[in-house]
Amino acid sequence: MTKLMQWLFGASLLGGLWALVSFDLLDLNLPHTYREVAWPMPLYLLVSFGCFSLATVGYRVATFNDCDAAAKELQEQIREAREDLRRRGLKM
Amino acid sequence: MASRKTTQPKRDTEDKYSILLPTYNERENLPLIVWLLVKYLGESGFNYEIIVIDDGSPDGTLEVAEQLQKIYGGDKILLRPREKKLGLGTAYIHGMKHATGNFIIIMDADLSHHPKFIPEFIQKQKEGNYDVVSGTRYRGDGGVYGWDLRRKLISRGANFLTQVLLRPGASDLTGSFRLYKKSALESLVERCVSKGYVFQMEMIVRARQLNFTIGEVPISFVDRVYGESKLGGNEIVSFAKGLLMLFATT
Repeated sequence: MTKLMQWLFGASLLGGLWALVSFDLLDLNLPHTYREVAWPMPLYLLVSFGCFSLATVGYRVATFNDCDAAAKELQEQIREAREDLRRRGLKM
Repeated sequence: MASRKTTQPKRDTEDKYSILLPTYNERENLPLIVWLLVKYLGESGFNYEIIVIDDGSPDGTLEVAEQLQKIYGGDKILLRPREKKLGLGTAYIHGMKHATGNFIIIMDADLSHHPKFIPEFIQKQKEGNYDVVSGTRYRGDGGVYGWDLRRKLISRGANFLTQVLLRPGASDLTGSFRLYKKSALESLVERCVSKGYVFQMEMIVRARQLNFTIGEVPISFVDRVYGESKLGGNEIVSFAKGLLMLFATT
């Protein structure tokens, strides 16, 4: 099953459940409060997921390591390498 | 075999690592990356070879590579040039044909990937007998140097989106610093059709499809010391296309 199919499957399952409760498709005479809670649920989920995504990406950008030490080490090694290679007869 | 083992008791004499270096206009960087590879792999006593695949660079990369071969020997530096610039996937296929190692290491020749991590890759591979070991900028001590906020934001955003849509089981999908079992890389390369960033992503996604095991090692990515690094609208669009393609087909 492709990822697209997995998503469609999941979405239709949740959507079906949501419609079932929101519109009382099976005539279960669910309490009115159930329907009131279920009705705006997709929007709530979407907004929460959006917030979660923004927070996650923001946190990860803020904590993205800057490898200054690695860059400095590389610069030193480049100098060392140039010297050594010249000694071995490399014409750059 | 037994006698060989007794002469080198500490090392697995069967393991050999072939490093593939696809190059295009890297005459400045190639000697430096080779020097670093020899330093870190030679010191650790690993059995290795460096395969330079130059795609007809007009700047004379191949001529520098020939000099390096004279310095370090034809058993350590192998030159497998091609006439003109062709895709990265075909460079790997081309390089692998001539590789004598049972492990293949792929990395960029522009010094953004540091050879000091290779012994860690090898260690990691042995720990879990992984089919693939991938360097990751996004975990542990991993990171980047030389990226501004915009670049970091795009990178993290794209990575998050990919993780959500594809759940690939690896944290760094677009990096290209990896170690593969040769047999694993062979079966992956023949399945992968994408180009650019998406190619590396497809390799990991297909690896998961084939139930290959993936280990990860945090790496520091030092953005191109020489030359320009670009991340424009074109790259972003082709990345998005590739992501959707993988989303719909894998």
